[in-house]
Amino acid sequence: MAYIEALLPMRTRALTVLLLLGTAAAPLAADTRSDAKKQVQFGIAVAQRGLWREAIYRWERAVQIDPKYAEALNDLGIAYEHEGELDKARVAYEKALEIEPNNALIKQNYELFKEINDRTTRKDAQDSQDNQNP
Amino acid sequence: MTGRLARMRRTARTTRILSSVAAILLIAGCTNYYEIPIETPIKPKLDVSAFQRVLVAGFIAGGTDDVDGNLETTRLLRSQLRTKSELRVIDTDVLPLMDVAVQENAPQEAKSEGVKSNSSGAEGEAKAEPKGEKGEKSEKGEGPQAATPDKTATIKDAKDLEPYEHIFADVEYWKKIGEEYQNPLIVTGTVMFTPHQRSGIVQREEEVYDSFGRRRVVPVRTYMERKGYILQPKFVFIDGRTGTVMHSENFREEVLYNANQSTPALSSYFELMDRLIPSFLSTLSSQKIKGTRVLLQ
Repeated sequence: MAYIEALLPMRTRALTVLLLLGTAAAPLAADTRSDAKKQVQFGIAVAQRGLWREAIYRWERAVQIDPKYAEALNDLGIAYEHEGELDKARVAYEKALEIEPNNALIKQNYELFKEINDRTTRKDAQDSQDNQNP
Repeated sequence: MTGRLARMRRTARTTRILSSVAAILLIAGCTNYYEIPIETPIKPKLDVSAFQRVLVAGFIAGGTDDVDGNLETTRLLRSQLRTKSELRVIDTDVLPLMDVAVQENAPQEAKSEGVKSNSSGAEGEAKAEPKGEKGEKSEKGEGPQAATPDKTATIKDAKDLEPYEHIFADVEYWKKIGEEYQNPLIVTGTVMFTPHQRSGIVQREEEVYDSFGRRRVVPVRTYMERKGYILQPKFVFIDGRTGTVMHSENFREEVLYNANQSTPALSSYFELMDRLIPSFLSTLSSQKIKGTRVLLQ
């Protein structure tokens, strides 16, 4: 009985700690997203002025801070596409869609990207075939 | 009691609807998006950074006699490259590649009667320089030969081109041309532009008016005789420093018109070339594809 009595406050303490951890984790995650969002916002502002390299830096930072930030990955995909880094763009778009498979806007961007990417890769394949069998 | 239950159910349903609407509004409100125009650069297929100049040498052309495929293709590619590539286009006479190919296949004695070389190397002065004037055998000449084409023979289809195609592999010939024009990138190849006829069921749109006088456009399937042209160019890119083929590319485009429509061969030729010029240019220079994407926050 005395053991149970001794255990009760211990359990209460453990619960309290868990509760505290839980309540602290939520704002922490919110802080992470908020920090990443600041980077994304800045990236958008500079991209709209044509400073795509700076935008890439910002969106890469955003993804470092919050790797599950689909919107940042989407923006990064667009920026890579604009810079002609098509392989990187594909990876970024696909990661974004992995996180948010139902996001219609990311899907739309990815479809448009694929149209260009597929065309160039198809052409390359055709050319190498032509060169093998002239 | 029953009334209370029904009221509760109604309230629950209203709450559900309201919460769904709120969720949609929340998502729409939270998703900030910005449309942005982008230009995707497509890298050229060939690295031509080593060249400052390009020589569109000429083409072995065949098909219809209405269009001089060699001359027209050379002119068109030169003008396109002048405006859409960073390479300096060498303006010179078009090489009569068919004659060169014929002479290459001819016996050695006949070769010595070849056209004299113009070794000035100045732009715009060079003429076709058939090999063999040095009295040497080409690499090609020592191996098994393709059937010797008749100089007067006309090329009517792709098979007729075969006896001439060995010219593109003649490293010595192209190296010599390259030396003459200060080691440019050389563009050459074959061009087949042939008349084409096809008949069959075609779907076209027709205007119809219903009993109320309302206009409608309906698809109608009809049998049609159509004629047009097929353009089949093969572009060969040769390194003027080494005389070797860097890259070659085949294209095929066709156009068909209503049989009673009279379209000049030359305008069809330009219509078809227009379609494949972007692909030709993308081999040498980077192209930008314009589009719009949506940035998300």
